Amino acid sequence: MAMDNSGKTNLNSLNSSEAALYSQPTRLTGAETVWATMVGEGVRDVFGYPGGAILPVYDALRKFPIRHILVRHEQGAAHMADGYARASGRVGVAVATSGPGATNLVTGIATAMLDSIPMVCVTGQVSSKVLGTDAFQEIDITGITLPITKHNYLVSRTEDIAPALREAFRIAKSGRPGPVLVDITKDAQQNSAIFDFAAAAPAPYRPHPMLSADSAAIREALELLRTAKRPVILAGQGILHSRAMEQVRALAERAQIPVACTLLGLTAFPASHPLNLGMMGMHGESWVNHAIQQADLLIACGMRFDDRVTGSLSTYAQNAKKIHIEIDPAEINKNVHVDVALVGDLKEILETLLPLMPKRDGSAWLRTISTMKGDASVHDIQQLPDNGHLYAAHVINDIWRETGGDAIIVTDVGQHQMWEAQYYKHEQPRSLVTSGGLGTMGFALPAAIGAKVACPDKEVWVVAGDGGFQMTSAELSTIVQEQLKINIAIVNNGYLGMVRQWQEKFYDKNYEGTPLLSPDFVKLADAHGIQGTHVRHRAEVISAVETARQHPGTFLIDFHVEQEDSVYPMIPPGAALHEMIRRPKQSPLVETATEI
Amino acid sequence: MLHTFVALVEDKTGLLSRVTSLFRRLNVNITSLTVGGTETAGVSRTTIVAEAADDRAPRIMASLYKLEGVLEVDNVGRHSAVVRELALLKIAASQKTRSDLFQLAEVFRARIVDLAPESLMMEITGSASKIEGLVQILLEGNYRILEMARSGRMAMRRGHHTSRVLEALGDTPRVEPTMLAGDRKHDAPDLMAEDDQA
Ligand SMILES: Cc1ncc(C[n+]2csc(CCOP(=O)(O)OP(=O)(O)O)c2C)c(N)n1
Ligand SMILES: [Mg+2]
Repeated sequence: MAMDNSGKTNLNSLNSSEAALYSQPTRLTGAETVWATMVGEGVRDVFGYPGGAILPVYDALRKFPIRHILVRHEQGAAHMADGYARASGRVGVAVATSGPGATNLVTGIATAMLDSIPMVCVTGQVSSKVLGTDAFQEIDITGITLPITKHNYLVSRTEDIAPALREAFRIAKSGRPGPVLVDITKDAQQNSAIFDFAAAAPAPYRPHPMLSADSAAIREALELLRTAKRPVILAGQGILHSRAMEQVRALAERAQIPVACTLLGLTAFPASHPLNLGMMGMHGESWVNHAIQQADLLIACGMRFDDRVTGSLSTYAQNAKKIHIEIDPAEINKNVHVDVALVGDLKEILETLLPLMPKRDGSAWLRTISTMKGDASVHDIQQLPDNGHLYAAHVINDIWRETGGDAIIVTDVGQHQMWEAQYYKHEQPRSLVTSGGLGTMGFALPAAIGAKVACPDKEVWVVAGDGGFQMTSAELSTIVQEQLKINIAIVNNGYLGMVRQWQEKFYDKNYEGTPLLSPDFVKLADAHGIQGTHVRHRAEVISAVETARQHPGTFLIDFHVEQEDSVYPMIPPGAALHEMIRRPKQSPLVETATEI
Repeated sequence: MLHTFVALVEDKTGLLSRVTSLFRRLNVNITSLTVGGTETAGVSRTTIVAEAADDRAPRIMASLYKLEGVLEVDNVGRHSAVVRELALLKIAASQKTRSDLFQLAEVFRARIVDLAPESLMMEITGSASKIEGLVQILLEGNYRILEMARSGRMAMRRGHHTSRVLEALGDTPRVEPTMLAGDRKHDAPDLMAEDDQA
């Protein structure tokens, strides 16, 4: 329902002998079946790494119209598949061998699980005859990934491959999306069976039996909306999954309701829209969190009240009634008790609600928020005189200006991630790819590769910290081998910055384990045949960004930024959403960058 | 409080571990678990008794439903239901003490199912409290329980209520939407409320 692999055109582009595969049952090996099924499901690109237990699958690859991207570490394959899915909405696919190949996927699968990303992982497994004997490179990967996949399969018979894989795709993209793993024994890959694509179709998607958005609940929601004086829409990633961007926008505009976004929901509502307040939560701007705390109605759309957006639960939006529109019934009343739950597909529910929605005048509330904003905002960051320091905020702000807010930005995890969220104004859906729920360092570079493969015509930027970049920097080789054009911005502060910030605030500046030595990233790039440059001064930022953009190949910029800068505002752990540590008065940085 | 969930699941390798793994993940302790067949081939019935705050039950149900292969979930604790458990007790008994145990068995409507020179085995079916009542009397009477095996609880709603999923399984498995917190209106009046006395 939510996701569509829109790859059916793929079948049409097959030549006649290939197309025959899908019109008449044909005998294929299990390995061929894997690819044939994927082609049928619309897969064009996979990210993988071979090994003994998956070799038959690799051997059959050349017969099928699928691009295989060889990664440098299987974690990279999972993040690439994930980035591919986040940027495009299509299911990402990762392939790995048994044992260490499979376990290397684990962090990537967990990252996709916590952020509800549709992904299918195919792993090789030892032959069914030796399953359970601790054979060479045998590991119980379905056991290991049980709690971090939406579902998984151990397939030991050739004839079960196509049905399992097809169902895996259905599960990955339907309802609340998520990763699915299919573990296939080597003998199942080697043996042959009749391949019948149509007969292998999964049972139709069964919506969760506890979905409910009946007319009584809709009426209640409308009543709350009608009487609210200070409503706020909380926009989450579910809007992207449900493709409900237009509907949310219509709701906001019709009822003049301001919109606050979660990190993963940032691109679900255009940043330049006058009703967009910006990001909420731990590092959200002060007026956003104040608006939520003062609201008398919250309309949560496809978000799950994560602890990073609520602050302390006992003080969260105490005066607000809450409407929760969400496809996963297990999210209802999990963290925050809601007054009306509309459980189902967001787009469908909003389409029912919108025609009944009365117009309302929200100007008084919007004026109140704008006063709060005025008090927090100083002036445009761009107008600030150069005081000789290079701040990460400048870097992000300039990348935003130069790209016009339309590039796909793929971030790693840490301070730079939050600065990106604050200073890059996203206009396009799916233009921010970032690991929210798991907060996985090392995500950016491989996820950017996935995003670029999915959207070759888009400008793709990596924004990574010096720490996280080193976790997966081996994928620079993948970029070169695949001849991809990606712009890489390293926000180099010499620290595991976000952890240092916590040490500064809550551990007496005891910087244990956070100062970080890095290689010369420009030389590292050079060793891969990738061009790059160092930037140490504010005045050099724009020209470096432009050089990167003009350069035909991948380009890396090592931004040497202020080392002990911190992300503000910040809600200390356990504090209420409005109890933010604000930007220090002497900070040259400002709380808004709206006026260009 | 104790919740009794009945989940109808596809009879497939690994499904039980998905169900129990879910409870582990939610940090909810399972106090009793039974799995067995149903009137439909390929469908197993699991009864899970778990200790959790009252307001967590809907989320547990919703999470169970999210597992592939879970067909229907019911929280029977909220309805009038027959809940039964079976226990086998091996009790040290000489020729002298045997007859007292025979009498006790009669009072509890238990059965003697094995007799050896120095022990006997009792089989008792009933509510958990009935079984625990018998155990308590045995201990108070200074009988030595050599072994005890309890089956865990099984539960079935009273009245005409049946699984709509299984009825529909003839064609495609489909469940009508049910209200999140609401009740299904299938509770028959408690005509047969035969309480187990102990
Ligand atoms: C795999 C992993 N390990 C540890 C952490 C904890 N952690 C969160 S942010 C952070 C620091 C990141 O440092 P860097 O990549 O340099 O980015 P910065 O915060 O300096 O911008 C760490 C260690 C994590 N999120 N992921
Ligand atoms: Mg750093």
